Amino acid sequence: MRIAQIMCASLVTGLIVMPAAASAQDVQALRQEIDQLRKDIDRLNQEYAARLAALEAKLAGAPPPAEQPAPQPAAVPPAVAPEAQPSIATSAQAIAAGSKVFNPDMAVIGDFLGAAGTNPVHPDPFSLGGDHPNALQMHESEASFQAVVDPYARADFFISFGEEGVDLEEGFVTFTSLPGGLLTRVGKMRAAFGKVNSLHNHVLPWADRPLVTYNLVGGEDGIDDAGISVARLIPNPWLFLEATGQVFRGDSGGEGSPLFATTRRSELSYVTHLRGYQDITEDSNIDLGFSYSYGHNGIVNPAGDGSLATQLYGIDGTFRWRPLQRSIYHSFIARSEWIWSRRDQAAELGGLQVADGGYVSGDYQLARRWFAGARLDRSGHPDNASITDTGASLLLTYWPSEFSQVRAQYRHTNYGVGATANELLFQFQFSIGAHGAHPF
Amino acid sequence: MKITNLVIALSLAALASPAFAQGKLNVIAATEDLASIGREVGGDNITIESIAKGYQDPHFVEAKPSFILKLQKADVLIVVGRELEIGWLPPLIQQSRNGKIQVGAQGYLDASLHASILELPTGQITRAMGDVHPQGNPHYWLDPENGKRIAKDIADKFSSLRPNDRAYFEQRLADFTGRLDAAEKRWLASMAPYKGTKIVTYHRSFPNFAERFGLEIVGYVEPRPGIPPSPQHTLDLINEMKRQNIKLVLVEPYFDLKTPNAIGRETGAQVLVMPPSVGGVKEVPDYLKLFDYDINLLMDAIKKSGAK
Repeated sequence: MRIAQIMCASLVTGLIVMPAAASAQDVQALRQEIDQLRKDIDRLNQEYAARLAALEAKLAGAPPPAEQPAPQPAAVPPAVAPEAQPSIATSAQAIAAGSKVFNPDMAVIGDFLGAAGTNPVHPDPFSLGGDHPNALQMHESEASFQAVVDPYARADFFISFGEEGVDLEEGFVTFTSLPGGLLTRVGKMRAAFGKVNSLHNHVLPWADRPLVTYNLVGGEDGIDDAGISVARLIPNPWLFLEATGQVFRGDSGGEGSPLFATTRRSELSYVTHLRGYQDITEDSNIDLGFSYSYGHNGIVNPAGDGSLATQLYGIDGTFRWRPLQRSIYHSFIARSEWIWSRRDQAAELGGLQVADGGYVSGDYQLARRWFAGARLDRSGHPDNASITDTGASLLLTYWPSEFSQVRAQYRHTNYGVGATANELLFQFQFSIGAHGAHPF
Repeated sequence: MKITNLVIALSLAALASPAFAQGKLNVIAATEDLASIGREVGGDNITIESIAKGYQDPHFVEAKPSFILKLQKADVLIVVGRELEIGWLPPLIQQSRNGKIQVGAQGYLDASLHASILELPTGQITRAMGDVHPQGNPHYWLDPENGKRIAKDIADKFSSLRPNDRAYFEQRLADFTGRLDAAEKRWLASMAPYKGTKIVTYHRSFPNFAERFGLEIVGYVEPRPGIPPSPQHTLDLINEMKRQNIKLVLVEPYFDLKTPNAIGRETGAQVLVMPPSVGGVKEVPDYLKLFDYDINLLMDAIKKSGAK
């Protein structure tokens, strides 16, 4: 709790201190700017007065209008032209003239999933909660709307449609140019806990999510909550270092994957993340992260009021290799995350449960359109640390183009409760609309 | 305890806001071509670096965090535009925390705005046409006339941000334009005898180049932009090349040579690795040398094949 309070306090001080620090410096600049503006306005006034006088003189001297209006329009453009700089109208300007120009960039990504084989423990192949076998499903249709709000901010919405029901996966505003280099987001967002938690389904290298995500980090949706995020680069001469602090309402996790559940306003949840990144060569790089999260789990605290707490600790590492000159043909990514969960429970539920889990995965791009991958999984259960599940997956992905992909995944799982599942998962993904950024 | 230290460090770092000195302009260019032109214009009064390397496919640059650090400190960002960088630059700009280089801000320069742009789509476009660029072909820098327009825009941008150095930038612009004019006359003269030579290219990287120097592009190794070659398309292309007696295939340095070489064997055409960008091969360190190199390469090949 103490750590959480400190983080919260630091976020607030950070936010307040920034503008004050900047304003002292800006006063001088502002004063100069005002002076300049004053001069500009004076000059404009004089110019207009002169031009007006000239026009009046011309009107006074002009002959009275004849019956049919003289071809006057010709006289109008030259008056405007000098201001507009008669350069060739560029095509961008022509395109920009459309009335739809301020519509956000829109795209829809379809994610179709299928499963064969049997799973006696979790019949639904992509959720711990459901008991429907879901051999075929239109798992998700994600609509995205992204645009710049004003000179200070941009907004991103990702709305996820299941076959039934709609969920706001993310919807936030990002303030891109706050003083002090703070990148601030406000809205509902995937938390910066580890690597996989912040990724949308369609950019994952697998059809499912790792076992540890389902068991310890809130299931498919993960830590995805309404709150405020502040990220800052930490200047240093050696590497890219980014610290992120986030405060959320305190509700995360899905059916069968409990994580945070709040019972009162003060039971917020917190996520902090420190990310270090370094280029090794121009072809390879390494990315390391440390994460911590604190929140309440909704179990009534027998000793006091409110509910008990769950804490998560995580480390993640990613190694990437992609030879620049053949970057569209070959690449390799190795990634791993390990997560520890400390979940406080009432004595009759077994008391404090300390579980851990993680995955190691590798993906190799064989050719421009072909990727092969493997993943090893292991995870305890947050509410019963004596049970551990393990698993392994093999994957093959084919990309017909940048905008679609087909994937097959063989998944073997040994459940701690004493059952085994062998499944073949397959996935079709396709995207229409605006060209999104490639994930990194 | 570690977290507390971190928090203190964060707060302290946040207090020290950046200093606004009127030093050298710190310029980041999306590609080495723009960096080269920027260097010609900016001289010693700027520092300039590019994000993409000339030997990598500019459509598929990775948005590495190390680029965020570069953009964070930039006064000016020069982009190719026309959606060339759409797959990687937007997230970098967004995470740069730099208000000066956000799209539309004072320090953001889209170098395509006054350039002559080819292949502007007319009518309905869909992705069935491949990864088409709705705002026209973004490889426009491969026409020296556009090089001059880009240089002018860059000089204007630099001057607007450093009014005291205007004369310096204008003088360097005039010098660069003069050298480019002279070189262009030379290039046009050497290519004049080969006007109308028919070629095939891998990707649609060379329309501006072909138009300026009188080449006729008859086909592409890619069936559609961004779509890798298919057997049927390759067969069709081979037949077309045989029919029209086409003896040159130009391949950008970042594409696989397997299919082009197969086409070369079938048709007797020469396969040339022709850099569309500064830095594409090590003999091409700047914008003028890019044309020197490409034109020499072409002339040698045409002479050898006797193709027309």
